[in-house]
Amino acid sequence: MTEEARTGRTQRDTLLQLVDVVKHFPVPSDRLFGGKREHVHAVDGVSLDVRRGETIGLVGESGCGKSTLARCITRLHDVTSGTVSFDGRNISDLSVSQLKPYRRKMQMVFQDPYGSLNPRRRVGSIIGDPFAIHGMGKGADRKTKVQELMELVGLNPEHYNRFPAEFSGGQRQRIGLARALALRPELVVCDEPVSALDVSIQAQIINLLADLQGKLGLTYIFIAHDLSVVRHVSDRIAVMYLGRIVEVADTEELFARPRHPYTKALLSAVPTPDPDLVNERDQIILSGDVPSPIRPPSGCRFHPRCPRAQSRCTTEDPVLNVKDGDVSDHAAACHFPVADGEPLVMSQKEAL
Amino acid sequence: MSLLEVDDLHVSFSTPDGVLRAVRGISFAVDPGETLGIVGESGSGKSVSTQTIVGLTQGARISGTARFEGKDLLTMSESELRTVRGAEIAMIFQDPLSSLHPHYRVGWQIVEMIRAHEAVSKKEARKRAVELLGLVGIPSPSQRVDDFPHQFSGGMRQRAMIAMALALNPKLLIADEPTTALDVTVQAQIMALIKRLQKEFGTAVIMITHDLGIIADIADRVMVMYAGKPMEYTDKRTLYHQPHHPYTEGLIGSLPQQGGRGSPLKSIPGLPPSLLRVPKGCPFHPRCVYAMDRCAGEEPPMRQVSGGLDHRSACWLPPEAVGTTTDIVVTRQELARQGRSSAQEESA
Repeated sequence: MTEEARTGRTQRDTLLQLVDVVKHFPVPSDRLFGGKREHVHAVDGVSLDVRRGETIGLVGESGCGKSTLARCITRLHDVTSGTVSFDGRNISDLSVSQLKPYRRKMQMVFQDPYGSLNPRRRVGSIIGDPFAIHGMGKGADRKTKVQELMELVGLNPEHYNRFPAEFSGGQRQRIGLARALALRPELVVCDEPVSALDVSIQAQIINLLADLQGKLGLTYIFIAHDLSVVRHVSDRIAVMYLGRIVEVADTEELFARPRHPYTKALLSAVPTPDPDLVNERDQIILSGDVPSPIRPPSGCRFHPRCPRAQSRCTTEDPVLNVKDGDVSDHAAACHFPVADGEPLVMSQKEAL
Repeated sequence: MSLLEVDDLHVSFSTPDGVLRAVRGISFAVDPGETLGIVGESGSGKSVSTQTIVGLTQGARISGTARFEGKDLLTMSESELRTVRGAEIAMIFQDPLSSLHPHYRVGWQIVEMIRAHEAVSKKEARKRAVELLGLVGIPSPSQRVDDFPHQFSGGMRQRAMIAMALALNPKLLIADEPTTALDVTVQAQIMALIKRLQKEFGTAVIMITHDLGIIADIADRVMVMYAGKPMEYTDKRTLYHQPHHPYTEGLIGSLPQQGGRGSPLKSIPGLPPSLLRVPKGCPFHPRCVYAMDRCAGEEPPMRQVSGGLDHRSACWLPPEAVGTTTDIVVTRQELARQGRSSAQEESA
């Protein structure tokens, strides 16, 4: 069942549609002959609709496949199977030249502002790259455009001729953002855009992103591991675990009534910056680590760490659907979803 | 008597660009069994100050004292320091992979560490290593003891580091961003582990972090650092509810709050200063919304303000201007306006 059929939304609301997206990476084999080649199941069947003008948060722990999914969306990776549709057009099998007009409409901002800018090139030419690639604007015209962009993201346009090393981390993230916005994209995929920044600078960039969304009508896919940041910026949140989406809902709905045990544990693990609330909340501590995505567990992938797991969970893969009593936008993939206010019984002692 | 008493510690490094003044006079004390949180952004000097205390800053110019049980660590000989470091004061760092030797088995490294400080047999030490790994929650420790660090996950490596740090039952544990590289669910495991072990063994902890959520969880008292100086020092409740220093107020305001979705965050404008060229007067004044004339010329000392019992802040705002409520902020702005000259007001 597609998201569309379920929610009754029309095609026009949907900017990006993912249907059963799978991305496997082959693992280098140490056997010379024979043997089955193993794969990292980085993304393993993700269906998701991204609506025009919204910010959708993608959360999960390292290795859950959120960055791989982002790269599948922008076609930095080719998908193994499944489809990615942008504005109603399937872009997962387009050739490089056919893809070019779509590349203009989808841009990406990366986590590491140091690694994503060429240290030997001047900032003006880095930001002007998209114009060069798409053959837009020449000489003075391009320079004016670049300086407008620099002003838009809060950089001093006079610093046009400086090198990335002359900027601080927050400013470099602004450079990356200016480059992403150069061609007026519709969708910006932000992969951990503030994780490498200090708290006070992080707040500046979050405010800038919100500001730009209002001005330019952008749609954001916002990937971060910091849940308080994701909560602040997102309209909806999708929670990923081992290559799958385990729960998706409106932000406040997800925080108020998490149905998947993993979501509940993840939300409770976030440190609260208020000493009065620290002792009140009941923190759920999961035991063990995330299993290897090379051989993911059978059935529900969360079952080896799940305090509610039963025998059915080990064999039958749960479907992501709306549970009884939930609003139509709230879907979870669990056989035994947590009821509203029900505790996930496990004390801290047992978990250790 | 406090377990550790640091008094007027200064640390600077000579660089080709000039003298980098990483720590410019900090004083604090840690009592047995308590947890001191040190918060600050990159370059605030929070790591350098604790590394200096245990003698890990090479080539630095150091002044001041750091008395551990009455003995000054800064003037100790290297061999004396060796007996303290590891045995009495243990450390865990942000990146457990770079603190474990990749060529040696985890168990061997713990055994080595125990035998460097105590005259025990290899067999005895190995038995202790297995016990310790079990204590910190490594599954089937008797087998995992012979694993190499790369065979451990990030969370397990940090657990192994904690096992090593606690091997000799130290009196003080310095944890420098121990969970920054870890996922939230693993972070919760590690924080719970540190709290449990602290309760069991009565270890004092210095928790260095940039995460105010961790401070709220674990610290008793907190020191906020900025540009190599302490800005505010108090218990955690006062810090969150009645901060005095505008930098603390800014840090708390920068955090996304529950229910504040979509509204802009109260970010701090500008950037932290370069430690090669720290601004005159209060180091925070170029970014401070309450800055007065006095702030640019005179550096405020740490002095008592009226939040909690032992609440100190380095700011020229009057001592009673604590808190984050709107009327307090308005009062502060009014006070700041009075402190500015009329000429400056007009230009602003």
